[in-house]
Amino acid sequence: MRVVIAEDLYLLREGLTRMLEARGFDVAAAVDNPEDLLTEITRQRPDVAVIDVRLPPTFTDEGLRAALAARREIPGLPVLVLSQYVEQLYARELLADGSGSVGYLLKDRVLDGRQFTDALQRVAEGGTAMDPEVIARLITHNEGNDALAALSPRERQVLESMAEGRSNAAIAQRLVITERAVAKHTASIFVKLDLQPSDDDNRRVLAVLAYLGQ
Amino acid sequence: MTSVQTSTAPSPAARSWIGRGLIASGRGIALTGLILAELGLLCALAIAVTFAAVGVGLFFIPGLVTASRAVANTIRRLAGEWCGVPIAVPYLPAPTAPGGDPGLWRRYGWLLNDPATWRDLLWMTVDSLVGWALTLTPAGLVAWGLFGVVMPAVWHPIVGAGGNNWYAFIHVTGAGRAWLSVPLGVVFILAGLWAGPPLLSAYGRFARRLLAPASRVQLERRVRRLAETRSVAVEAGAAEVRRIERDLHDGAQARLVAMGMTLDAADQLLDDNPAAARVLLTEARETSVKALAELRDLVRGIHPPVLADRGLADAIRALALDSPVQVQVAAALPDRPEPPVESAAYFAVSELLTNVTKHAGARQARVDVRHDGGILRIEVRDNGSGGADATRGSGLAGIQRRLGAFDGTMTVSSPPGGPTVVTLEIPCALSSPKTSTS
Repeated sequence: MRVVIAEDLYLLREGLTRMLEARGFDVAAAVDNPEDLLTEITRQRPDVAVIDVRLPPTFTDEGLRAALAARREIPGLPVLVLSQYVEQLYARELLADGSGSVGYLLKDRVLDGRQFTDALQRVAEGGTAMDPEVIARLITHNEGNDALAALSPRERQVLESMAEGRSNAAIAQRLVITERAVAKHTASIFVKLDLQPSDDDNRRVLAVLAYLGQ
Repeated sequence: MTSVQTSTAPSPAARSWIGRGLIASGRGIALTGLILAELGLLCALAIAVTFAAVGVGLFFIPGLVTASRAVANTIRRLAGEWCGVPIAVPYLPAPTAPGGDPGLWRRYGWLLNDPATWRDLLWMTVDSLVGWALTLTPAGLVAWGLFGVVMPAVWHPIVGAGGNNWYAFIHVTGAGRAWLSVPLGVVFILAGLWAGPPLLSAYGRFARRLLAPASRVQLERRVRRLAETRSVAVEAGAAEVRRIERDLHDGAQARLVAMGMTLDAADQLLDDNPAAARVLLTEARETSVKALAELRDLVRGIHPPVLADRGLADAIRALALDSPVQVQVAAALPDRPEPPVESAAYFAVSELLTNVTKHAGARQARVDVRHDGGILRIEVRDNGSGGADATRGSGLAGIQRRLGAFDGTMTVSSPPGGPTVVTLEIPCALSSPKTSTS
């Protein structure tokens, strides 16, 4: 799988490259600014781009803007945005076009290489990978929601994992239950939240995120 | 530069100019009453000063000055309410003494040293001489006009009693001329009603010349206020630095030390017991995650990244998204305020939204942000139970202190049962953001 990396800090750029190469990814290019990123993306056509939110020249949210610009250029281009902090506002902007293939993770998640590459894989295959902290805040935001309050503790765990973008198989593995049990829980969640059930994993995740973000 | 808020309610459009004229005439009469009171006080003061030589008068002077201040303050208040010219109260703060009564001599010192005392005296003299010309003219014109209107009924007894009856330029000697004075009387009444409001406002401006604080007093006040807010700001800055130092020392720094020790232990175990070393490595990684989380929280508390990235409006939207209460945000800022103002406003809104969640028991809140007339205005409104008190809650007092450094103000309206509306106002200019939106 071919990856383009945009990260302005040399240490982190090298670290990411080394980690991804050690886990069998092909790092086609590693750049440190938004212009080079756009050039490399159009030239290399990677399977996924890993982009730091803070890039020159102002070191604010250039990375996010570059990611959105890249997706306008190449619709559906999978991007995984990394940041030292996460904001729901930015998550919404990334999810706004509703086409998936989006990841938004804290940089901390890189420390757990296997989880990180799982997320990268998921995004490259058209899924989503939202940071647990974004999901936790979405849930807090919905504290007064009666429909969410009606979920059982187990259903809540499944909902959180689902919102992060995990498939039924991954949720089953994480919660140590069978895949059939996960399917039962998700069906129940969709009934309680009054959402249209869908067999497509990604559409299901986006529906849940849209519901939480209302 | 005065910090007085104008509280004149706009007069209802329905009220006709005749009604306004009548009200102005009545108010003029009331103000004339106050001028009479000033005249009386002036005479009493003159007598007291005359008898000060024999000692008796000395005891009356402070009381008379206090009474003059009460009259002057009434005029200041009415100038704002009736004439649309708000006037700030200029007096120096009263002396305080541990025993309660500061004593006659200190009271004297306080009264005589205050330039406002002498300006009050000057005002009372000038006002008694010419003030009534402004206050009494509208009512006088109306009364004189009424006399002209009723002339046909009253000319006969007056002339019969031997009166030399002139009405303005008409020498009323018979019924014909008496009727002539009726239209002239109407003209006088209309003139009085028409002149009422402008004369009243002229009186207000006249009063402000002498009753408003002298510029030196205003400057002294300003200096005192600046000194207060500066020391609060410096103290708050120092406290913040101490907090950051402590948080770093107890948090991230301690975790990095622990991580180093764990890694060292793992190094020792690597050859003999790789399984145990692996456990330690996992532990070290978890510690690093915790250290990062703590640093992130710390940074959010110092300067929230989203505020730096996107400015106040989006930062408040981000706060709204994180709030468990449904918060609507209406923000219209063409440009960004200076970073310190932005930061103070952000933390104030953050604190207010926390209050909404914690105390108000509200289900919904609304934040309005706008900038007009050189003032950044932020209104936070919730549908909670009300009863918030700026003097009790330490959070609200803290916001007020922090805004004070920018000459900002906070007003809280929170009747029992709600809704609570907190309005922040910070004078500031907007400047183009340093970031270029490409």
